[in-house]
Amino acid sequence: MNTAPQINQPQQAAFSHDLYRAMLRIRLIEEEIAARYSEQEMRCPVHLSIGQEATAVGACAALRRNDQIISSHRSHGHYLAKGGDLKAMLAEIYGRVDGCCGGRGGSMHLFDDAAGIIASIPIVGSFLPLGVGAAMSYSYTKQDRVCIAFLGDGASEEGVFHESANFAALKKLPVIFFLENNQYSCYTGLSDRQPDRPLTDLARSYAMASEQVDGNDVIAVYEATKRAVDRARAGHGPTLIVADTYRWREHCGPNYDNDIGYRSMAEFESWQQRCPVTTFAARLKRDGTLSDAAEKTLTVELTAEIAEAFAFAKASPFPDPSTVTDHVYA
Amino acid sequence: MPEQRVITAAQAICEATDIAMAADPSVIVMGEGVADPKAIFGTTANLLDKYGADRVVELPLAENGFTGIAIGAAINGLRPIIVHQRVEFCLLAMEQLVNNAAKMHYVSNGAHRVPLVVRMIVGRGWGQGPAHSQSLEVLFAHVPGLKVVMPASAQDAKGMLLAAITDDSPVVFIEHRWMHYVKGHVPTGNTPISLDGPAKLHSGDDVTVVSNSYLTLETIQAVEALSAAGVQVDHFDLRVIRPLNVTAIVESVRRTGRLVTVDTGFTTYGVGAEIVSRVMEQCCLQMKAAPRRIGLPEHPTPSSRSLAATFYARSPDIAATIAETVGLDAGRVAALREQLTAGRESVPLDIPHPSFQGPF
Repeated sequence: MNTAPQINQPQQAAFSHDLYRAMLRIRLIEEEIAARYSEQEMRCPVHLSIGQEATAVGACAALRRNDQIISSHRSHGHYLAKGGDLKAMLAEIYGRVDGCCGGRGGSMHLFDDAAGIIASIPIVGSFLPLGVGAAMSYSYTKQDRVCIAFLGDGASEEGVFHESANFAALKKLPVIFFLENNQYSCYTGLSDRQPDRPLTDLARSYAMASEQVDGNDVIAVYEATKRAVDRARAGHGPTLIVADTYRWREHCGPNYDNDIGYRSMAEFESWQQRCPVTTFAARLKRDGTLSDAAEKTLTVELTAEIAEAFAFAKASPFPDPSTVTDHVYA
Repeated sequence: MPEQRVITAAQAICEATDIAMAADPSVIVMGEGVADPKAIFGTTANLLDKYGADRVVELPLAENGFTGIAIGAAINGLRPIIVHQRVEFCLLAMEQLVNNAAKMHYVSNGAHRVPLVVRMIVGRGWGQGPAHSQSLEVLFAHVPGLKVVMPASAQDAKGMLLAAITDDSPVVFIEHRWMHYVKGHVPTGNTPISLDGPAKLHSGDDVTVVSNSYLTLETIQAVEALSAAGVQVDHFDLRVIRPLNVTAIVESVRRTGRLVTVDTGFTTYGVGAEIVSRVMEQCCLQMKAAPRRIGLPEHPTPSSRSLAATFYARSPDIAATIAETVGLDAGRVAALREQLTAGRESVPLDIPHPSFQGPF
């Protein structure tokens, strides 16, 4: 079944260009975070999603502005793909008053209500039931909205994933469990943590729809997510999407860590050759959708936006220490 | 003045829930057993018929998951009431309560609210043993961002539950199972009682006593006997464990110079430990006697009634401790203990004594 939207060629080209732009933007932002991290001005843990841009962008492209997402510790890509404010994100990582949390959360707690980003929660799996609860609120108030809960392969081992999946399927809630399988929980591979079977089998015990998709192919991710969104909007309940992808950098921090012994250089390089950003650029160029000149212009434009956002974040004041006890109770 | 009606605390809790649901369609009830024939000891009786399964949501056995679901729904504007038949079941949901419910408002810099009520019941008696009878309020009260309420009367059960439901912060509402039976003159209608601190139950100048939950009922009996014996107690029912408001208690101790705490949980690191610390920080030099704490001993709740006989403090123990604090001689202490014990011998220790059913 292919329910991808029937759109004409110029529209399709514009859509593809938007997807490419969104992925490149995330890549450049996170590379800039990595480059500046050693300045020790971003004094909070950062979990970069470099290498995983297609999952965030493809999934969020299937959502409307008033749909919602919820994410984990590795949330930068999801936040940006859903339209989260870049300046508020960077100011938060810098611990400044203009941060989305006013400096109370850091990189692991990004949210943006206006863009439909409910929260990012750095306890693995902890955010999943909140996404289900958001979907329950749409059903209860009869709102035509969908929530994507992004999880990693590690979160699928948590009991709360199963509790959330069971309830979502039972109540046919409009929530999508989007599982980015980047193969590792910190430094432990999937085969050391789970028996060998397709992760999509997790959905079967809850009579839930599921799809396996190449997580480095942004169009494939978009189309799979669009099918899941259509099912959710039609009242057919949740879907588990399993998207295989790869985290290029270390679990937490700006560096590469292929030398410490938990994965091979050959494995890393094989995934790097499947880079979601450059492979999509090559595809667009083959199709004649993207020219070298347009790509260069786009990069210049994004680089300027990012530089301005970093300057904004660093110029933002620190929050007033006298406000530290505010908002303990509502 | 027309005669006030008398209902039990369990009925009062059900009535408060009904009133809140009628007043606000965003209020929903969720839990294991909320829609079953037993209806959580009657505290959710008839709500399913009145409001339907969308608002009285029977849940799978997934305490952490459904607490997170309630938090997500609450952020989006619903006002869920979660019900646990025992405190221990909520231990499975501590991750959601501590990491998400308690922190969402703070970490979002005030943008998100979690108007969630988590009801849970402390079991006691009939051999329920170590995992069905714990009074673990301090686990919740340790965490900034949670409110923790423990009513001791039918009036407070209704009024404070109504206030908890309209509160925009997460409220842990702890009901002692033996408190459910207590009767009181409970006003009709939407009559919230603010969650701002203790209630003074008896005035006196000899000693300050702070009790909570079911043990407030035992303490009332002790205070009455002491009063007859000439010892006048300034007795507070704590009611709100967090945020802890000790202002009136400190003022009282400044006057009496004596303090006894009586709480339903373990003594060590307990509610009494916190109250004594707070009071000592402010009026240590005005003390006439060392403060005393009454709580549970250093072992789990045993099941057998023979092993459990000395586990719980009862009114004779409470009266004796207070009497010792004010310096009554051993003979008078023994007489008080005997007097209070005499009325209880006909009822086994592992079921609620009818003298505590009120109406209060």
